[in-house]
Amino acid sequence: MSNNNNDKPITATKFMKEFHRYQKGSISRRQFLGATGLGTAMAVMATAMPALLPRTAFAGELGDRLVFSTWPNYHDQANVDQFTKATGVNVHINAFGSNEEMLAKLQAGGTGWDVFVPTNYTIEEYVKLDLIQELDLSKLPNYDAGSNNPKFAGPATVNGKVYAVPKNWGTTGFIVNSKKITSGPTSWKDFFDVTMNAGSGHTILHDYQLTTIGAALCALGHSFNSVDAKELAAAEALLIESKPHLFAITSDYQPGMRSGDGWMSICWNGDATQLKRDIPEMEYVVATDGGEIWTDFYCIPKGAPHLEAAYAFINNFQDPAVQVSDAQVHGYAPTDARALALQPKSLSSDPILHPAAELMSGLEFGAAQTLTDPIRAEVMASFKSA
Amino acid sequence: MKQQSKSNRWLTAALLTPTGLWFAFMLVLPLIVILVFSFGERAAVGGYAGGFTLEHYANLGARLKAFSNTLTYAPIGTFLSLLVAYPLAYYLAIKVNRRYKLMLLVLVIVPFWTSLLIRTYAWIYLLGGKGIPSILDWIGIEDVRLINTPGAVLMGIVYGYLPLMVFPIYVSLDKLNKSYLEASSDLGASPYKTFMQVTLPLSMPGVATGCMLVFILLMGEFLIPAFLGGGKVFFIGNALVDLFLQSRNWPFGSAISITLVVIMLITVSLYMRMTLRNSKTGVDESLM
Repeated sequence: MSNNNNDKPITATKFMKEFHRYQKGSISRRQFLGATGLGTAMAVMATAMPALLPRTAFAGELGDRLVFSTWPNYHDQANVDQFTKATGVNVHINAFGSNEEMLAKLQAGGTGWDVFVPTNYTIEEYVKLDLIQELDLSKLPNYDAGSNNPKFAGPATVNGKVYAVPKNWGTTGFIVNSKKITSGPTSWKDFFDVTMNAGSGHTILHDYQLTTIGAALCALGHSFNSVDAKELAAAEALLIESKPHLFAITSDYQPGMRSGDGWMSICWNGDATQLKRDIPEMEYVVATDGGEIWTDFYCIPKGAPHLEAAYAFINNFQDPAVQVSDAQVHGYAPTDARALALQPKSLSSDPILHPAAELMSGLEFGAAQTLTDPIRAEVMASFKSA
Repeated sequence: MKQQSKSNRWLTAALLTPTGLWFAFMLVLPLIVILVFSFGERAAVGGYAGGFTLEHYANLGARLKAFSNTLTYAPIGTFLSLLVAYPLAYYLAIKVNRRYKLMLLVLVIVPFWTSLLIRTYAWIYLLGGKGIPSILDWIGIEDVRLINTPGAVLMGIVYGYLPLMVFPIYVSLDKLNKSYLEASSDLGASPYKTFMQVTLPLSMPGVATGCMLVFILLMGEFLIPAFLGGGKVFFIGNALVDLFLQSRNWPFGSAISITLVVIMLITVSLYMRMTLRNSKTGVDESLM
């Protein structure tokens, strides 16, 4: 913000740096043109005077638009803008609050999405439903399968074919405003106890069956992923009992936490980083009685209208340097060893991004059957309408 | 002559075709699809699978709270909108100087130039902890919760729907022959009596139309309760969004939609019968 050169397209030093990168071959001609602003200049010229350039002009190959569906607070807008500058592709971003909502849109058809960000447990089902396409890895030179931890990247491969590349991994715990809630809850059981007592009226639950039902299940001593009818009925009862004490049911919980109305919320660790960055009293808790560990992926839906742009976009965000710069804003750890090696100490030593191993031992990856399980779906819907 | 009427008929048919097709494809056909879906089964992965069952209609009780919320908040919201809109419309139509009338009318419309979504987002911040409550806190009224309450939802409704109520009332008051008011006071009626016996009855067509417009739209409302109610004030519209976009139980969602349509048909026809009986002029057809 304080950089006075921000209003200029590029500084002389930055230009030379990009030029050297281009000479060394570490960036493509297109990236060079984009980073230096020459590409934009050419694109502007082309729009202003279309006769000057033939139809295959710069930005023409990829088209001028890309529809990207993802989660709230999950990107550094500067990196998206950078991509637009480099390629001429304008990125239209939709934010979703649950995988089920993404699935519903894809099932209904005609989404117009080019790239979207599903979570580990959904990919196999998307393949079964024929909703996503196998990726042509030759178009993703920045992706390095070998440097991705198979623990996180595993779900990308279904029947030996790669349908996704990892974006980030993280945990689902809860965030506490420690100035408002001083009892220091450490488990989901505490979380619901505090909600219904000292913190009444100030808790936020996600509008997302996996995490909200999962949290209630853990509080009751069951598996985060349970699809057992009895256990789910108990979870539903707990959720309905807590409902009068909630502040909101929403997956976009940062505004509520920031305004001071929310004191506690189910929380993804990156949002916790973002909240703590601005409000030091925000504490992220990986619950002792369970929770979720997850990987998010980039996928391309069947029939994506801007396929080439989709590949260019994913490829751009597989660049380790871009991954690190993105992580510094959104606060989610990359799965890519190349990016992990590049990340500054502020990220690598941050316990929110990289919790201690013993804390993670109780966490579960979301299970595929939770995505389509009719009981879980109805438990969530009837909790919300109760 | 015969030739003439025949070409007239052709012309009428030609002019009505686009509307007819629109209705057939955009209203009747989707409604039939929803009706068919409502008797089907939820597919294993969500969505719709064929079949014939009445279980979704039997299960309507599971959304009783959403129905009762909608049927409570929609009339209250309509009534509050009327309370706020009537004095405004009255002022604009009767009191205000002609020179400013147009400008003031435009001011009523100006908020419509921005999407309701964005304006509702603005209210989230105004009603949130760092908005109006922090000002109240500053003057000594502590711990006021505004956002995510039924009150916030009703406020959002009045805010969002006000112009829909103001304009029909304004039009009927504006058309009102001002000499009736003079006659009334010449004959010795007090301003209050003039209002109750002349102005109000003559503006009833506008009131009836405004109420119906607001009520019908409110019955399907989902955005305001979702945003200003924090997902806790749950309308039938929210239940539908949920069933189609989250739990993907399309048949149950369809059964609820059909039920909603039936409830609307009954309430609106009762309402029209009532207003037609109570007012000689009835619902102002020019406004419908």
